[in-house]
Amino acid sequence: MNRPYLQIDNVGMVFDTAKGSFTALVDVNLKVARGEVISIIGHSGCGKSTLLNIVAGLTRNTSGVLLLDGKEIDSPGPDRAVVFQNHSLLPWLSVYGNVKLAVDKVLSARMDRRQRHDWTVHNLELVGMGHALDKRPHEISGGMKQRVGIARALAMEPKVLLMDEPFGALDALTRATLQDTLMDIQAKLGNTVIIITHDVDEAVLLSDRIVMMTNGPSARIGEICEVALPRPRRRLELTENPEYLRARGAVMRFLYERQRHPKAA
Amino acid sequence: MSVEAEPMPQTTGMLKLPATAVLLAGLKRRALDVARVIVPPLISLAVLLAIWELAFSGKGASLPPPSKVVADTWELIAHPFFDRGGLDKGLALHIFESLKRVAVGFSIASLAGVLLGVLIGSSSLAYRGLDPIFQVLRTVPPLAWLPIALAAFRESQPAAIFVIAVTAVWPVMLNTAVGIRNIPQDYRNVARVLRLNPLEFFFKITLPATVPYIFTGLKIGIGLSWLAIVAAEMLVGGVGIGFFLWDSWNSSLISEIILALIYIGLVGLLLDRVITWAGRLIGGPGTF
Repeated sequence: MNRPYLQIDNVGMVFDTAKGSFTALVDVNLKVARGEVISIIGHSGCGKSTLLNIVAGLTRNTSGVLLLDGKEIDSPGPDRAVVFQNHSLLPWLSVYGNVKLAVDKVLSARMDRRQRHDWTVHNLELVGMGHALDKRPHEISGGMKQRVGIARALAMEPKVLLMDEPFGALDALTRATLQDTLMDIQAKLGNTVIIITHDVDEAVLLSDRIVMMTNGPSARIGEICEVALPRPRRRLELTENPEYLRARGAVMRFLYERQRHPKAA
Repeated sequence: MSVEAEPMPQTTGMLKLPATAVLLAGLKRRALDVARVIVPPLISLAVLLAIWELAFSGKGASLPPPSKVVADTWELIAHPFFDRGGLDKGLALHIFESLKRVAVGFSIASLAGVLLGVLIGSSSLAYRGLDPIFQVLRTVPPLAWLPIALAAFRESQPAAIFVIAVTAVWPVMLNTAVGIRNIPQDYRNVARVLRLNPLEFFFKITLPATVPYIFTGLKIGIGLSWLAIVAAEMLVGGVGIGFFLWDSWNSSLISEIILALIYIGLVGLLLDRVITWAGRLIGGPGTF
């Protein structure tokens, strides 16, 4: 693989605010291979969400270039589906309706009605929500909402799946089962995933590489940590694994020694 | 059907005692629930009527006590649908005429309010241009519109309808605009990722997200419509509950005035409930 699947080149972001310009990101360079799982970690305010929004096309970068599969990223699109932190399901649509909306919009050129219906149900079954098709978002738990959010994103068949702290609002047990679900699906489908997190264990467990961001303003990529753990990964077997502990230690040292949060200092 | 009906008596026979007991317990619980809702207002109503009866039963009291109101107006209560031609009609017919005017005026107000609300909610240019004008117009009291409406339409019927429309349009419009402005950024982001076009965005995101706000506006609007129609009818005349009220005053029939007030209140409550119910039907449970 000579050409990277997703290439982020010298990307910078300066916001115009009422108090003058605010530099959020400087010189961000990253190459992501197809099928790779990357997590971006950093203290709050380090611009990791901004970076994700730029890849999504929801925010336009003020300098640099992004290429996905050889095409420049200049607007949002279903090839970069986003799983939002607070699920962002439309409350007036059922679980099925939320996914179907995306399927109808994105895949209507390729699939007829029957196929779109089957594809919607298939994706909901993939995340274990096949039993709750007719439920409204307010009738299901936070973890289930996030599953539906993932199903909606997967159903668009994105080139890159972007996840903005997808499990941040969930309790530890629910979070663990969702991480397992995500790993299973990724193993099956081979998705390219960028996941934003502030949870060190989550980053090590899920990723092939962990991108560590320095503190903002003017945040940049501080270090990149490879996680050379074989897949499938089982969390219980990893607790004593030397590679797991090494990667975990490296991220911890970066976050709590080199980039101690200014407010915590 | 009839084949399966055969063994039925046996089963019910065996379960007869417990089934009846369960049924009775359920009935008892339901009766208690209903009582909890109905008894307290009945008590306060009885107390209120008793105070009223005591306060106005003396000689030379300015208002009739409830017993006299019922006695005076029994003909009207018992025959709501009589029609002796002209303006001499039963109360139900008067209210029906008023409701017809409200239906037309409120429909116009709803349509115009939602359209204007969408306009000023989604375009900040339109908001900046129109909002100051609306802010001034919406403070004009309903009846202040009546003379200009009579001058413009030269007829009482369209003038009364105009007064209703112009009274009810503001809350509908302003609430719709607020609803559109409050569409969460997340929904907009979802729409952008899906690349919904403006038309799709309007029908799949804007409208459903705004329905609860629109119905809040409609609820306020229907209340104001009912206020305005009674007042307008007192001035323009013709068949209608407002006219009936004014006519009773001119004939010094105080008991009829009181009866009309009660009917106006009950109909106002009913209108409010109808809109709430429609909102739940369209917006799903949890809309209000």
